[in-house]
Amino acid sequence: MEGGLVLLGGGANGGGSGGSSGFSTNESAMSEASSYPAETELELGLGLSIGGPTGKINKASGRILTAKDFPVPRRASMNGGTPPSVTVSGTKRAADQSVPHDSGSPTATSQVVGWPPIRSYRMNSLVNNNQAKAPRAEEEHKGINEEEEEDKAIKDGSKLKKPNENLGHIGFIKVNMDGIRIGRKVNLNAHSSYHSLASALDNMFLRSAGAEKQQLTMPSKLLDGSSEFVLTYEDKEGDWMLVGDVPWMMFLTSVRRLRIMKTSEANGLAPRFHERNRTQRSKLI
Amino acid sequence: MHKKMAFSFPDEVLEHVFSFIQSDKDRNAVSMVCKSWYEIERWCRRKVFVGNCYAVSPRMVIRRFPEFRSIELKGKPHFADFNLVPDGWGGYVFPWIAEMAGAYPWLEEIRLKRMVVTDESLELIAKSFKNFKVLVLSSCEGFSTDGLAAIAASCKNLKELDLRDCEVDDLSAHWLSHFPETYTSLVSLNISCLGSDEASFSALERLVRRCTNLKTLRLNRAVPLDKIANILRHAPQLVEFGTGTYTADVRPDVYSDLAGVLSSCKELKSLSGFWDVIPDYLPAIYPVCSKLTSLNLSYATIQSPDLIKLVSHCPNLQRLLVLDYIEDSGLEVLASSCKDLQELRVFPSDPFGAEPNVSLTEQGLVAVSLGCPKLQSVLYFCRRMSNEALVTIARSRPNFTRFRLCIIEPKTADYLTLEPLDVGFGAIVQYCKDLRRLSLSGLLTDRVFEYIGTYAKKLEMLSVAFAGDSDLGLHHVLSGCESLRKLEIRDCPFGDKALLANAAKLETMRSLWISSCAVSFAACKLLGQKMPRLNVEVIDERGPPDSRPENCPVDKLYIYRSIAGPRFDMPPFVWTMDEDSGLRLS
Repeated sequence: MEGGLVLLGGGANGGGSGGSSGFSTNESAMSEASSYPAETELELGLGLSIGGPTGKINKASGRILTAKDFPVPRRASMNGGTPPSVTVSGTKRAADQSVPHDSGSPTATSQVVGWPPIRSYRMNSLVNNNQAKAPRAEEEHKGINEEEEEDKAIKDGSKLKKPNENLGHIGFIKVNMDGIRIGRKVNLNAHSSYHSLASALDNMFLRSAGAEKQQLTMPSKLLDGSSEFVLTYEDKEGDWMLVGDVPWMMFLTSVRRLRIMKTSEANGLAPRFHERNRTQRSKLI
Repeated sequence: MHKKMAFSFPDEVLEHVFSFIQSDKDRNAVSMVCKSWYEIERWCRRKVFVGNCYAVSPRMVIRRFPEFRSIELKGKPHFADFNLVPDGWGGYVFPWIAEMAGAYPWLEEIRLKRMVVTDESLELIAKSFKNFKVLVLSSCEGFSTDGLAAIAASCKNLKELDLRDCEVDDLSAHWLSHFPETYTSLVSLNISCLGSDEASFSALERLVRRCTNLKTLRLNRAVPLDKIANILRHAPQLVEFGTGTYTADVRPDVYSDLAGVLSSCKELKSLSGFWDVIPDYLPAIYPVCSKLTSLNLSYATIQSPDLIKLVSHCPNLQRLLVLDYIEDSGLEVLASSCKDLQELRVFPSDPFGAEPNVSLTEQGLVAVSLGCPKLQSVLYFCRRMSNEALVTIARSRPNFTRFRLCIIEPKTADYLTLEPLDVGFGAIVQYCKDLRRLSLSGLLTDRVFEYIGTYAKKLEMLSVAFAGDSDLGLHHVLSGCESLRKLEIRDCPFGDKALLANAAKLETMRSLWISSCAVSFAACKLLGQKMPRLNVEVIDERGPPDSRPENCPVDKLYIYRSIAGPRFDMPPFVWTMDEDSGLRLS
């Protein structure tokens, strides 16, 4: 059964560009394929008409390679946590989830991007339903903190939390970085800690080959203030806060979106400092 | 040898005849009869449909159809719905709006799907089109309530504002107050996607009260249950209504208020919303159930008994969207109560759970297929399936036009025989001769594609994931499916051979999406070089494809036919395979 599968994730055969015997076989098959001159091997069947004979495979036009001949090479950032017996394709997760999910995931299915094929708003609604009962404690705790703050926004009565209220954008939320025109999205459900989130953002913004030429240093400095960028978030009241000060679960219930801000601009943005700054918001879009 | 026709009609007569021809396909056929028909048709085409916004440029459209009033554009590939298309990929509507603003002051309708719409675009629409009537944004993103405020303030003749499934930056609910007090022409309003916590109820109420032609109103989750009665009271003429959150402390006065107001809505045919449902309030809708043809309970987290009760009250139901809480037992009741059912969608309540949380299996789908003679469209998420069930379904329901089955765990075999589900899906395509759309799942070999290529002659859209053994599978589909327009594939062992052998086929289709498969960069380049009327776009967030060996598979590939040439708005992670160089950075 294993041999018939083409796209295996991680596991026994070793991830990355490893040197297992299985992989070297692949390599030789690959180089064999590529040594064929382009004209004969990769021939265009321009003569095939649409209304042509169906189900009839033209065996004369070259051997159709099967999975055994043309296996997919291992990709570097393979899903490290997937056990070899899993038959799910080791699809590389999209860049925003490229951090190996160490804290064991419930099933293999949840590791695969875009599967099952359910729209984000539906997923978020499901997540909200499943979590709606849980963080009641967090909400009460947050209420106490808010009373301590000096200049907070005036709250409409309708903002009072109800047990089943929409917990906001848990799931995919937007991330923008100063200086980069195009924003990205990150799935908060895939992370269980600030560290995991920051690493993912590092990979997404600071190390992607397509990004603007900024050779920033390696480990995630977004959280400790030592890089030239700092990670901030907009909470449900529309205020911008530094990421990392509240417990992770509380952060999840209040975050609306993220912004990787230049440290110079973040001066004065203390953890409890509210800044209803609409100009910042419009810059992001 | 030009023989003058004795009975050639004056242009006006032909134009009048053409005015009865609405469908794009027919219009396109008409325009190909002869040059003079082409000319007449293009001057009188009022609705333009562009299935892929990059297949043609705005200028080309405007040049050919100088007097259209309505345009529909689609942007991103369908798999963008499941986050497979990275942000920033494209699909910007602004260039279209900018071109049309200059050329078409009389544009009335804009319908967009999966496009990026900015506030700037919305403001330009508001400013440029004096008789603007219809704005339908489906699965769009990139704009905020500020843009909506501009539309509300300026479009005096606006009839329809529909934001279905959009991602809107919810800055403030006060955009609703931007509709002037003199504005009364609203017929349809769908704001169900908006999330703002503070909803401007009074503005909403006033708007509903003065727009006496309002037929469709879909509210968002933020609207509490006790406010609905106030809104509905002023709109007894509503035909389609979407509630906000359907939960509140159980109070008899709120209940009777709601029930009373609902029962006075004699025209109500469609209900939706129902977030956070509390069963106590459900009976309030029983009085309207007998007339309901469409019911969307896909957010209602209520259990099977309550769902069964509800569904049994709706004998005229044609369309039902529901969570799998309905279970097999509920679907059996549906099958016996709703003989007019045409469309059913069953969504999973716990898609990532390791174990099934509800008793919903293939039996439910079998029951509905057997019991509902008019059933033609199905989207069904479940955890197990058998060939036997699929064959039964196919035999009893040959009138399926859309069949989308998602067995949640990839590569799940027939649970009875442990075989692939080739035979089952084969039966579907064999018996359902009018099948236009098919989504596959479960354990599938090349065999299923052989069936599809042989039988699915009317198939227009096929979605494939984690299936097949070799290029043969893809070859069967591309060479056999004559009507194929859209093909989307992910995580299958399909590679260069089938793609290149069927390159000509790709020009007859709208688009092909193929990701996490085995198509090499070399093949992409070759395709791009040899097929100038195809845009071959490689999407790869790992970096430029030429930084890896040529025989390395690309991450994602999107191929579509175009007469506009390669596009210029590609982000850094998209490369187009050009005829000149084979590689061009954006």
